[in-house]
Amino acid sequence: MPPRILKIPAEPATLLPDRFNAWFAARGWSPREHQLALLEKAREDVSALLIAPTGAGKTLAGFLPTLVELSSASTASTKSVVSTGRSVQRSAGLHTLYISPLKALAVDIARNLERPIAEMGLPIKVETRTGDTPVSRRQRQRRYPPDILLTTPEQLALLLSSDDAPFLFSSLKRIVLDELHALVTSKRGDLLSLGLARLWRLAPEVRAIGLSATVAEPDQLARVLVPQPGGKEAAADIVIAGGAAPPLVEMLDTRERLPWAGHSARHALAEVYDLIKQNKTTLVFVNTRSQAEMLFQDLWRMNDDGLAIALHHGSLDVAQRRKVEDAMSAGRLRGVVCTSSLDLGVDWGDVDLVVNIGAPKGSSRLMQRIGRANHRLDEASRAVLVPANRFEVLECRAAIDAIAENAQDTPPLRTGALDVLAQHVLGRACGEPFFSDDLYAEVRTAAPYAGLARQDFDDVVDFVATGGYALKTYERFARIKQDKQGRWRVANPKVRQSYRLNVGTIVEEPMLKVRLVRGRSTGSGSTGAIARGGRVLGEIEEYFIEGLTAGDTFVFGGEVVRYEALAEDQVYVSRANDKDPKVPSYMGGKFPLSTYLAERVRRLLDNSRAWNGLPEQVRDWLSLQKDVSSVPGVRELLVETFPRGSKHYLICYPFEGRLAHQTLGMLLTRRLERMRARPLGFVANEYAVAIWGLGDASFMIRNGELDLDALFNPDMLGDDLEAWLAESALMKRTFRNCALISGLIERRFTSEDKSRRQVLFSTDLVYDVLHKHQGDHVLLRAARADAATGLLDLRRLGGMLARIQGRITHRELDHVSPLAVPVMLEIGRESVYGEAADELLAEAADELVKEAMG
Amino acid sequence: MTAGALVSGDGEDMRVSRVTISDVTFAADLSGALFWEEQRLLVVSDLHLEKGSSFATRGVLLPPYDTVATLGRLAAVISRHDPRTVIALGDSFHDRTAHERLSPEDRDAVAALQTGRDWIWISGNHDPMLPRDLGGAIADEIAIGPITFRHEPTGAHGEIAGHLHPKARISARGRSMERRCFASDGMRAVMPAFGAYAGGLSIRDAAFARIFPQNGFVAHLLGDRRVHAIAASRCY
Repeated sequence: MPPRILKIPAEPATLLPDRFNAWFAARGWSPREHQLALLEKAREDVSALLIAPTGAGKTLAGFLPTLVELSSASTASTKSVVSTGRSVQRSAGLHTLYISPLKALAVDIARNLERPIAEMGLPIKVETRTGDTPVSRRQRQRRYPPDILLTTPEQLALLLSSDDAPFLFSSLKRIVLDELHALVTSKRGDLLSLGLARLWRLAPEVRAIGLSATVAEPDQLARVLVPQPGGKEAAADIVIAGGAAPPLVEMLDTRERLPWAGHSARHALAEVYDLIKQNKTTLVFVNTRSQAEMLFQDLWRMNDDGLAIALHHGSLDVAQRRKVEDAMSAGRLRGVVCTSSLDLGVDWGDVDLVVNIGAPKGSSRLMQRIGRANHRLDEASRAVLVPANRFEVLECRAAIDAIAENAQDTPPLRTGALDVLAQHVLGRACGEPFFSDDLYAEVRTAAPYAGLARQDFDDVVDFVATGGYALKTYERFARIKQDKQGRWRVANPKVRQSYRLNVGTIVEEPMLKVRLVRGRSTGSGSTGAIARGGRVLGEIEEYFIEGLTAGDTFVFGGEVVRYEALAEDQVYVSRANDKDPKVPSYMGGKFPLSTYLAERVRRLLDNSRAWNGLPEQVRDWLSLQKDVSSVPGVRELLVETFPRGSKHYLICYPFEGRLAHQTLGMLLTRRLERMRARPLGFVANEYAVAIWGLGDASFMIRNGELDLDALFNPDMLGDDLEAWLAESALMKRTFRNCALISGLIERRFTSEDKSRRQVLFSTDLVYDVLHKHQGDHVLLRAARADAATGLLDLRRLGGMLARIQGRITHRELDHVSPLAVPVMLEIGRESVYGEAADELLAEAADELVKEAMG
Repeated sequence: MTAGALVSGDGEDMRVSRVTISDVTFAADLSGALFWEEQRLLVVSDLHLEKGSSFATRGVLLPPYDTVATLGRLAAVISRHDPRTVIALGDSFHDRTAHERLSPEDRDAVAALQTGRDWIWISGNHDPMLPRDLGGAIADEIAIGPITFRHEPTGAHGEIAGHLHPKARISARGRSMERRCFASDGMRAVMPAFGAYAGGLSIRDAAFARIFPQNGFVAHLLGDRRVHAIAASRCY
């Protein structure tokens, strides 16, 4: 359905006060169409969603209605002193609340707002409130609020849980939600939506403006901005800023041989270096932090021109990151190797080229990244995609086509999570007492919770109160209790304190500080004392360190370091001279291939005429696949079986992303075991699953002992899934997040962080016990819902199984097919190694390639 | 998937691993119990019954099913070995009033387990004052032949203790797994915690070095289907 594009009826002069017109004129600017459109929406007293590319003056557009309103109101009337009945004299509450996903962004926006306010001499006070704001200023803000407060979803939740909430917010006129497209895809979006629902109650007159990049379903996103009336859908008006020049995106046509597997794109290193050399400032995006580390190292090794190239990712020390950002703003850098850490946020100087290494994963994500180059609207952003292997060539091609059509693949609006609701319910009980019926009605005005069942709501309240257990033994330990009128309130001040400490939905992997110390001279394994102290290089995931033994080397912060020791939450490393480190495969930025791009890749494969647009090496590869086996059609599932060495292989190509494939591999292995095919293991990548075993699958299929339709029957999502979930480590991790967010287990204690290790261990134990004794508990339901779209990607797996029913094509082969080579190369490659391993892989690759290509 | 020797190789019951302490041979059971076949004596340590409700009193509302779960696993291992005597090696109850919070069904379950056999509650730091109304005998420690059973390990020869909740981590090829384990050097042993909510302490902690002076002890890790004996020096 086409979104409503607004045309501007009114004269700018009538929408903007003289002061503003003069200000625009003095700078040689004129207000943009969408900026006026938002003023018009404000005049009509409706909420609006502005969809605009970066560089369109989005932020000013969002604040113009606020600035205009505050400039015309007399200072006296907005800031009159009122009595609150607490024998304290306080000013009136907030006028505008701005919420951003990044606290750095809030701080930056405050700076940007100060300029027009100062230059026009407006009587407007702007302040930020983040986790870094000192306590004294927070207290002052609650008593003497500014006109405009810039903050984050977590801080909003905290403010709403305080006694001051009615005073602070009842005068609220406007809410500005920045980067809304990014906020709504996670549980933070759920938390924010619940906060909005509360604000609509406190200030029924408030209107919202959402600022967003282009999304697949703007009508759905617009629902977030207005209260849902129940039974039907309501949405804010949509304003779309036009005028952005389409980006110029090309795929690197490498001179080198395209690798069969891997994600490092080492083959194209020299070409990437040349691109940096030829441009003023280049952002080089990669998908994981380990890739960033590796690429950065490699670029430095070949940096004969001494180009200023920097590294930026989420594990680096904050001070280090700020240094890079400042150098970039000042135009002192020629290249920055970065991860999604630079996907969002403020403008970093004059970037004239974006290079994306590896698979783009999704077209919207890629467009966001490309938008980081050249923040002038009328000039096209330039980007070069560098596929790291042959499958990624297909993905890059599909993404370039999608961008040409401006086709978006942002995920659909979330269904509100029950663990977040539990946190909100506790927060509400910390503020004014509430009746269940009232809160249920209020919560359902939030778009993600519009369809919330009463039973789920009641279960959540029951959980918050006494744990929600069938065995009713915790009544006397209740955290919230009903008063005589039946209103819920916190049982004691300790509960309130615990809520304040644990608010928020971002559950971080347990991290350890990495400190650089002088190494021991002797080899590994020695237990002698090492020097403590040392410079902090950054933080690293605990689970990664747990996989290391003393003496192992890895790349961190751009240097090769040796793991020396672990003491409490500190990892001690020393400088190593090794050239072939064991590279960390630490998490972050592992997004699965989007459904939309996967579909496009399948279509590209299915249409051999479209192969003309692909590099010759890839064309040959696909043609050969067609000859020796088959190229999968758009809706079918290709299954290949062949022997290799002493084992038998079964490969399938669902193209549903790594997460769904891991789940599929796990479930297929269980079934094959039952069918006596004696499977030994499996490996999954973004495109395919490979299972190997002792049983001859080809023979079994020929003889009717193995029925592929039965093997891939969607009923695997029933009992087999249940049996696996009971012991799945992924499920336990998902449950842990729910346990922390819902407040079952505290993340932060008043006495400084106890061992986080213990917390992880105990949630696993809790999962085992709860799963066995009350399998339908609300927290397990919450974890199940997360798993469906998260780590297990059950939704996608279910969709695929339904799609391919009756459409399985089986090819019995004598040896590995060309299409199977990439996934076969993943076997035995659980962790990433440095150059030595790459050589090993290359050898293995050559063998397989010879076999496949005859 | 991990390095290390699998002790019980030759067609024996994979759910147990042989552990010799002061020339007495025990079976280290996959459940975390220790069985002395000759004496038909079964030992379990650190049941921590009612740990869930103990947390609940402090506002952490853990599922109240840990006692049922722990007693259920205890019943299974008892029915497998049919011991003449059972020793609960201390910290059977998570706190001093835990036994008062046992449900009538849990009390019945305990009584059923005690039927037809001797039962000895050893006191621990969590339960120094053991309840008198739950059947069985009560002791601070007990000696049978060359073996002494007590809650807190002292490092004495022939001692079988609990208290420390040993667990061990194995790392290989960038992956790792962590399990509860028995720790033993042939002279003495520390048993894993049996309780459903009992956490663990790494065998590389200094507390173990004090008990096993040469650091040359073996961790018997409780795997999914087998008990794996691995040198402690290879664990984390």
